[in-house]
Amino acid sequence: MRISATIARPPAPVAVRMRRLVSLALVHAVLISGAVFMLLPFVFMLTSAIKPPGEIFEATFRLWPRQFYGWQNFDSALNTAPLLRFLFNGLVVCGGILVVQLLVAIPCAYALAKLSFPGRPILFSLVLLGLCIPVQAPSLPLYIAFAELGILNTYLSMMLPFFLSVFAIFLFRQFFKSYPDEIIQAARLDGVGEFEIVWRIVVPSAWPAIAAFSIFSVVAHWNDLYWPLIVVSDTKLATPPLGMMYFADSELGSNYGALAAGATIITAPLVVAFLIARRHFIAGITMTGIK
Amino acid sequence: MTTVAAQITPLDAAPPASRQRWIERLAGLGFAAPAFILLVLTNLAPLAALAFLSFTNYELGALDFSFVGLKNFGTALQDPVIRRSVTNTLLYVAIVVPGGVLISLLVAILIHRRKRTRALYEVIYFLPVTSTLIAMATMWQFMLHPTLGLINQALKSLGFAEAAFLSEPRLVIPTLAAIGIWQLVGFNMVLFLAGLSAIPRDLYEAVDIDGASHPIDRFLKVTWPMLGPTTMFVTVTTFITAFKIFDTVAVMTRGGPGGASEVLLYAIYLEGFQYFHMSYAATLTLVFLAFTLVFSVLQTFILDRRVHY
Repeated sequence: MRISATIARPPAPVAVRMRRLVSLALVHAVLISGAVFMLLPFVFMLTSAIKPPGEIFEATFRLWPRQFYGWQNFDSALNTAPLLRFLFNGLVVCGGILVVQLLVAIPCAYALAKLSFPGRPILFSLVLLGLCIPVQAPSLPLYIAFAELGILNTYLSMMLPFFLSVFAIFLFRQFFKSYPDEIIQAARLDGVGEFEIVWRIVVPSAWPAIAAFSIFSVVAHWNDLYWPLIVVSDTKLATPPLGMMYFADSELGSNYGALAAGATIITAPLVVAFLIARRHFIAGITMTGIK
Repeated sequence: MTTVAAQITPLDAAPPASRQRWIERLAGLGFAAPAFILLVLTNLAPLAALAFLSFTNYELGALDFSFVGLKNFGTALQDPVIRRSVTNTLLYVAIVVPGGVLISLLVAILIHRRKRTRALYEVIYFLPVTSTLIAMATMWQFMLHPTLGLINQALKSLGFAEAAFLSEPRLVIPTLAAIGIWQLVGFNMVLFLAGLSAIPRDLYEAVDIDGASHPIDRFLKVTWPMLGPTTMFVTVTTFITAFKIFDTVAVMTRGGPGGASEVLLYAIYLEGFQYFHMSYAATLTLVFLAFTLVFSVLQTFILDRRVHY
């Protein structure tokens, strides 16, 4: 755009060009100083993870340590806290939640979008009502119920409250509504059952919405501290954020290099996934637009 | 459509309309049933239980309880911890909402016009959204250390006085708010970028012809009004996110120093899951719900209009 404009128009006077250059420099100055603020804790984390204890709090900040201490820091982080176990727990919990969310929400969303059945308007109103309730609100009664059932400190207790995502139902319903009725009718006349219509015909076309929701769900539950903190006291079951909290609270919390190494290990999976699938993440946030 | 199909398939094989209606009803009920049951079990029943609990004096493990009417609500109104928590939460929200919305709007506008550097800036500003806040909060805590921390050393070398960001009562909420803004700027920026790319280019050209080519004129005449719905949505979600502040308090300050960073959700967590005062925590949860409800309803309303394909 800018190039074509300069070709088409007569060359701008020097003063105008100077002003443009200055404003461009100003824009980048603002953006770069913001970027420094955004990156600061990441840079601090990565550099501290490879520094010996004496260098972390030195008066002059160095990006690269005089003495490389990365092996020792990562080694003591991995040996004193079961960090890989935390990551595995995060995988189990996020995966379990996502699979059930999709299995429950997709048929319901299809029914709300395309089938007429008694109670449909009421169900949709309840879905909208559910959207207005923060996840922290039902946690107290759920905790009491789980305590009575004796399922605290299990994977199930960490996942169960999130099996139903009203947001997934809402999002998929919007998506399914625009699916052409003619194709569904034609499939019915060919004798295809409703179950197959959902999973074989409609779902493949809803891939963007499913991808968007999956990213939203995994990011939310991977980073959730509140609920795991409530229902889990067994270190072996801790998810990454909860594990990080135990780690920081332990006597090892004063070994800053190891703690930074641990933080790096805990943060890496999602950040790496984001860097690889940047476009999907951003498209997903744009589509779902909710936390 | 039906006539075509009738010609192809034998007449008796095509399901009559009434039979199709029955299939739809049964399938609809069957498809909706698991979701409905889970909705009742994990959402609606707990909410009813919450309201019920708030009128009792139930504590976890107690064999007996009795109704106490509105006593819990009265206690909450008098409770200095709760008063402090509400004030602190509102102060936090009052910093994070304007800060988080306006900074991300500025960043989005500046990034939107970039061509080669846009992707790089996008990644950098979005990075905190995907990173685990607990891990990053621990890093912030190191950097904010009153004497040894990176930030205080930088302040000192620039000739400023050191500040005890997390142990000075007047600084702790603004510091947590800065971290809160750090975490959500990228998220809001992505929403604003989507809003910006939806503005038709010819609107700017029309304003240029009218002689208002100054960037501020363009912003006031086109960008700001056209971004209205996006700004509204971003403001509402930011409010809800900010009101739910918990993680940074739980990891970095635990409500301290001297209650200066006690916030509502953390108070609920302590009452309910540390002291097991279930009925009182239920009452506090209702207070929390009351604060967020207006904004959640607004968010749902906008979502219902916004998400269309």
